[in-house]
Amino acid sequence: MQTEQDSPQRVVCEASVEIKNADGLHMRPAMQFVDIANQFDCDINVSNEENTVDGKSIMQMSMLAATCGTKLKIRAEGADAKEAVDALRELVVDKHFDEPMPKKRSRKEKAKDLKE
Amino acid sequence: MGFADFVCFEALIPELQATDRDGAIAELVSALDEAGQLGKGNCEVITRAVIKREKEASTGMGKGIAVPHVKHSAVKDIVATIGCSSGGIDFAALDKQPVYSVILLISPLDNPDKHLQTMEHVFKHLRQEKFRKFLRQSQTTEEIESLLREADENPQL
Repeated sequence: MQTEQDSPQRVVCEASVEIKNADGLHMRPAMQFVDIANQFDCDINVSNEENTVDGKSIMQMSMLAATCGTKLKIRAEGADAKEAVDALRELVVDKHFDEPMPKKRSRKEKAKDLKE
Repeated sequence: MGFADFVCFEALIPELQATDRDGAIAELVSALDEAGQLGKGNCEVITRAVIKREKEASTGMGKGIAVPHVKHSAVKDIVATIGCSSGGIDFAALDKQPVYSVILLISPLDNPDKHLQTMEHVFKHLRQEKFRKFLRQSQTTEEIESLLREADENPQL
């Protein structure tokens, strides 16, 4: 994470996060993200490789279609930028939206796939 | 990926009879069922599942739009339909405003990535004010279908 401090009011903070829950950033996780983002005053943008969207808008966050394994960049700008990025990173990475991570595939399942 | 790939045009409802959320969901699920999209005997179960999901967290995301959805084993591929309500329906939306366009999506259990891609496509257009306005103004099945087909041709719409 990088923090640049131009002035006390103008903090820019960025973090790269990877989506870890199996179902990806579908609507429920996107809403959790937007809910947390809206608790902060700073501007929050989220980018994938193609798009940068407003992290406070559910419609825009749903457009990211971030699947499990997708890397996103969170960029916050404003007095509470660092707190915002910390909270969002915790949600995405540490808590993975309180959803299951992908199951490790058993040898049996792999063998079955091979047969098919 | 375009609307034509997952929207069942036969099941479009240009004017919902229902004036409440659960009624609108039931009407849209029945339309998909009547169009033969849900297999036999799944209509009620799916309606209940969508309503249950909607109660957990509203999919009314503001600007007159709701996108109720659920995963269900009855479908092998994603299927969707759209209903419009000129009077507006209370969906407990984020902005507390009535919903005029309801997009119902039923996804299979095992393809979360495709569900996300479909949502991406839907929201790419729904965030455009012009698209939302045209959808709300549509009065016939044909008008909705041609709007969706035009959106598939024109990413700016």
